[in-house]
Amino acid sequence: MASMRDIKRRKSSIQGTQQITKAMKLVSTVKLQRARSNAERSKSYFNCMFETVNSILKRVGHIEHKYLVPGESQKKAVIVITSNRGLAGGYNSNVVKLVTRHPEWKKEDLVIYPIGSKGHDALARNGYDIRECENAIMDAPAYVDAMALAKRLLQSFAEGEIGEIYLAYTAFKNTVSHVPTLLRLLPISCEAGEPEETPKAEAIMNFEPEDVEALDLIVPKYVTSLIYGALVEAVASENGARMQAMDNATSNAEDMISDLSLKYNRARQGSITQELTEIIAGAEALG
Amino acid sequence: MAEKSFNLRIITPERVFYEGDAEMVEFNTTEGQVGVLPGHIPLTVIIKPGILHIHEAEGEKMAALHAGFAEILPEGITILAEVVEWPDEIDEGRAEAARERAEERLRSRTPETDIARAETALQRAIARIQVLK
Repeated sequence: MASMRDIKRRKSSIQGTQQITKAMKLVSTVKLQRARSNAERSKSYFNCMFETVNSILKRVGHIEHKYLVPGESQKKAVIVITSNRGLAGGYNSNVVKLVTRHPEWKKEDLVIYPIGSKGHDALARNGYDIRECENAIMDAPAYVDAMALAKRLLQSFAEGEIGEIYLAYTAFKNTVSHVPTLLRLLPISCEAGEPEETPKAEAIMNFEPEDVEALDLIVPKYVTSLIYGALVEAVASENGARMQAMDNATSNAEDMISDLSLKYNRARQGSITQELTEIIAGAEALG
Repeated sequence: MAEKSFNLRIITPERVFYEGDAEMVEFNTTEGQVGVLPGHIPLTVIIKPGILHIHEAEGEKMAALHAGFAEILPEGITILAEVVEWPDEIDEGRAEAARERAEERLRSRTPETDIARAETALQRAIARIQVLK
């Protein structure tokens, strides 16, 4: 059995850790609230954007447009959104797994655009082709950052460097549920088989300027808004995941402390009993 | 036309900018200045920097609308704006400075000058300044 002093030292070290995890949990709770209200405020924009673009695509039917068909290149660009800091449970590795364990993707075909240093490090270690990454974005995602990234990606897409664009991030469902999600940004998937739900002769959407030109202008905005939405949700998810992880850590520490207290008391009692027996035995020997 | 007002929603990535009933909305598009009344045919337009006028039953509101697109339907308009500002959110000094910068860039144009960008910047600055007046 470990000595009393060892147990005591171990216990106090766990108590120190518990204080840290508790503080981290409080901090991420506050950050989560802020991030969540941000995500909720911007949600209506993305829902609206998504609906609008879908309804536009449905109404125009199947037109030949560069953003609606895959490019000729086999290369796929993947934007991987992770956090800059660890201690968030499986948050980062789940997103990375989406990319590394994808059944149809080959490492050679992928070009990774990481946002967040954890994803960057993990994928770089695995030998993926990493393009420029801007980890600072994750600290305070802004619409202009998403705009700059979307512009670069669309340019490579237009030049035929990449054939498809994907987005890997963690969707924020609610405080306790975060879903790693892989989304195809381009080409935009037309849900072809889906029947029009409103059969009443809906008036045909007109475009000013012409539809192809309008799509040229709308699609970049669509891509930008999806990237921005993913960034905002990822921040909320990150803090949610960290809050959960730290909550677990705190309660684990509590379990360990109560276990150690028990052991400590038992060791203390054992040593007292032993001392008593020694004294009594000594007294008897004298007598 | 039976309907006198329609629902107007202006949404930005950061917030819901405006939501309410309006009688007429005016803004600038790639095809020129438009004014939309209730019962318009379905139309999607791309927004160019300009002044947004919202005509409500009680009066008129103005804002600087810079980028985005609008989906017009007979029963309402949804404007998905990337940037839109109320007059009290605009910094006049900065707008003035931006206008001078853009004008300077257009005057001293070199082959590398991104003219489209400079022009958009100029339009944005002018829209901001006009809204303040």
